[in-house]
Amino acid sequence: MAKVRLVQGNEACALGALKAGASFYAGYPITPSTEIAEHMAEMMPACGARFVQMEDEIASIGAVIGAAATGAKAFTATSGPGFSLMQELVGYAALTEVPCVIVDVQRMGPSTGLPTLSSQGDIQQARWGSHGDHSVIAIAPSSVMETYYQTIKAFNLAEKYRTPVVFLLDEEIGHLRERFEVDPDEAVEIIDRKQPTCAPEEYLPYENVEDGVPAMAKFGQGYRYHITGLTHNEKGFYSSALPVVDTFNRRLLGKIEDHVDEIFESEEFFTDDCDVLLIAYGSVARSAQEAMEELREQGLKVGLFRPITIWPIHEEKIKALCAGKKAVIVPEMNMAQYAREVRRIVPSETPVIPLSRVDSELIIPEEVAELVKEVLK
Amino acid sequence: MATKWKIRLSGTGGQGVIKGAVILAEGALIDGSNATQSQVYGPESRGGSTRAEVNISDKAILFPKVENPNLLLCMSPQAYEKYSKDLVPGGILVLDGDVGAGQEIPGAKVYRCPITEIARENLGSDLSANVVALGVLNGIANMVSRDAMIESLERNFKAKIVPANIKAYDLGLEAAAKIEPYTV
Repeated sequence: MAKVRLVQGNEACALGALKAGASFYAGYPITPSTEIAEHMAEMMPACGARFVQMEDEIASIGAVIGAAATGAKAFTATSGPGFSLMQELVGYAALTEVPCVIVDVQRMGPSTGLPTLSSQGDIQQARWGSHGDHSVIAIAPSSVMETYYQTIKAFNLAEKYRTPVVFLLDEEIGHLRERFEVDPDEAVEIIDRKQPTCAPEEYLPYENVEDGVPAMAKFGQGYRYHITGLTHNEKGFYSSALPVVDTFNRRLLGKIEDHVDEIFESEEFFTDDCDVLLIAYGSVARSAQEAMEELREQGLKVGLFRPITIWPIHEEKIKALCAGKKAVIVPEMNMAQYAREVRRIVPSETPVIPLSRVDSELIIPEEVAELVKEVLK
Repeated sequence: MATKWKIRLSGTGGQGVIKGAVILAEGALIDGSNATQSQVYGPESRGGSTRAEVNISDKAILFPKVENPNLLLCMSPQAYEKYSKDLVPGGILVLDGDVGAGQEIPGAKVYRCPITEIARENLGSDLSANVVALGVLNGIANMVSRDAMIESLERNFKAKIVPANIKAYDLGLEAAAKIEPYTV
């Protein structure tokens, strides 16, 4: 039975991870993500799962990748500075196609920045933090309940696409307490990585299969194979043969980018019937929605598009939604990191206006409403 | 309850204003309302003024923070100095003891109550002042039912100290009934 409780975003993330089947956590506590580590440390041993506090963030993501290769559903939680440290191994996980979840509770940066205060400054780092042309999946929830369900989805997507998934909370949602009404025994979809059905000697861990996602044997259970950060052939061994390298890189990108319809999730309000379209995600989407509701009461035609999936970006959808609007406004707690994408996608006749707030405070509905009114003047 | 309450609890680090906000918000949820609770984390939570915020509404709460409270509790002079200017015009101002005496915001509905003194004299410690304050706030504004607040206290305290906290809450309710509000 679902009992109404007051729950913090970070706790909902921890509960979602357990529900998703997380069996391994390695992390180095950092504000504003620390409550996730605290809850996992408390809950995991009771479920027979492993919690390890590591010496730093690089070791944390290393342990997560190792555990995940053996079949564990593994994750870590950090914030901007820790996420920066992890980047090389995020690329390693992408290249070796080891599923894992990295929770990044965003705080004001760059560098140490303002440890306890909020930001959405890691949108582009989530996509481009590690070198090379891999893709990534990133999710940004807007409420405590959504944090729970999207955490489960993050694990599912990691397993389904054999990829690291970045869970982009922001400090506002991570530390917010609000209504949480979830039946702990509720049946939810849980996805496990595809297992090989062939004999061990025929197994190709990086096979060029049609959907781009090869089966992944649990390391150490009879299917012997090679994992390397070098570009590799279908067997997992180093290769610099031109067609092998080309096919591999295209598959690595395509297995995510070609499935954007399946991966992408969003919410729309009055997107068909609006002159001004707001595009906002995470905590800021709540301010944008409140502004939209107030403005519509005043008779102004305003709509909201809220991407829940930040990466991959659904270019066709955004292009279609923005077509013919008087303006598109993108409020966010950074210097136009998502607006930059929208600008790239939307034809130049539609003005894309960023609304950036970078003083560590959450954008308030009035700021959004004022800009909309100015645009419609 | 059609009103949307935007509540800020403020005081000094250690007075339990964040815990108080959590108990109030959870009580509102138990009552069937919606609620959000947030606070400013940071060095200011160790001494200095500290604040915690609660929205209570029968509708969905979107913007989760409180910019301008319509109910402001100040349990220290520093907190009063820092936050009183944020109160909406005509809002409810609840002041502990002589906090802000002689400097009341014009137009505010002021409820003055010796919250910390009540906790100290009846419960032998300042520790329950936050729960006394919750009784005072609900006695004034009736935001959350007593039953829901009792359940919230039971959820948020170890069983051993629940009775003392229920007593603290009821002392707050009783005290609120006797307050004569004033406006300057």
